[in-house]
Amino acid sequence: MNFAELATGQEIGTRTLEISRADLVKYAGASGDFNPIHWNERFAREVELPGVIAHGMFTMGAAVQLVTDWAGDPAAVVSYGTRFTKPVPVADLDGAPGAVVEVSGTIGALDAVARTARIDLAVTLDGQKVLIKAQATVRVA
Amino acid sequence: MTINPKLQGRSYPAGDVYSVGRESIREFARAVKAVHPAHFDVAAARALGHGDLVAPPTYAIIVAQRADAQLINDPESGIDFSRVVHAEQKFTHHRPIVAGDDLVAELHVDTVRAMGGGAMITTRAEISTVAGDAVATTVSAILVRGEGQ
Repeated sequence: MNFAELATGQEIGTRTLEISRADLVKYAGASGDFNPIHWNERFAREVELPGVIAHGMFTMGAAVQLVTDWAGDPAAVVSYGTRFTKPVPVADLDGAPGAVVEVSGTIGALDAVARTARIDLAVTLDGQKVLIKAQATVRVA
Repeated sequence: MTINPKLQGRSYPAGDVYSVGRESIREFARAVKAVHPAHFDVAAARALGHGDLVAPPTYAIIVAQRADAQLINDPESGIDFSRVVHAEQKFTHHRPIVAGDDLVAELHVDTVRAMGGGAMITTRAEISTVAGDAVATTVSAILVRGEGQ
């Protein structure tokens, strides 16, 4: 990737994340976050949630893969942050995804001195943002 | 249960060492649906100049949340884990995390703000190697929901 060819506003691509209950169990195991709100429907409702919700960190972690693949090296992502605005409820469906999240990325800013690009991610569920100010800073070789 | 306002400014020293293994990186990468070969194939990671498999950008959350657990499980904190909602997260990487790293995290409670019957708590984990080299800084804001929130 050539820094000189990048421009603010350029789109870096889109991705669709199909999320199932099994994905949440896998994420719980891989991350060590076993909060039952992410796998136990009864428990989630008892604490006044609409049902089992995805780990915010699952959504954040899966959304950034668009950036990693664009950058060509996962280590090029020098910083990454977001706010979690809405939960992602994941329905318990056999075979079909329980939630479908759309991810798209745009170059939000360029720093010619540091040779970094800020990628702004739009992450939505049914057209509503679930992450806000999801931004990754990428070092461009 | 109310959140102890005296938590602000508290620090928890580095606890257990987290040894980053290749299978842990592969498992985490699969769990976040990552497909980049540098997470799975040592030769691909080395071709990019890394010493071993490279962790995905949010992998440091494993180490950060272990550090957070010290606060959440602290009986003095008043935090009910079942009412914790993740509000904000930021990672700053000082250098990539690779398989073979032995990491520790020092936890700082930067702010505690009462919100309704609950509280917003911001924590910062300074992650370094056991040798003391800075690896990553993670900042998490968690909302502990009060009743009816």
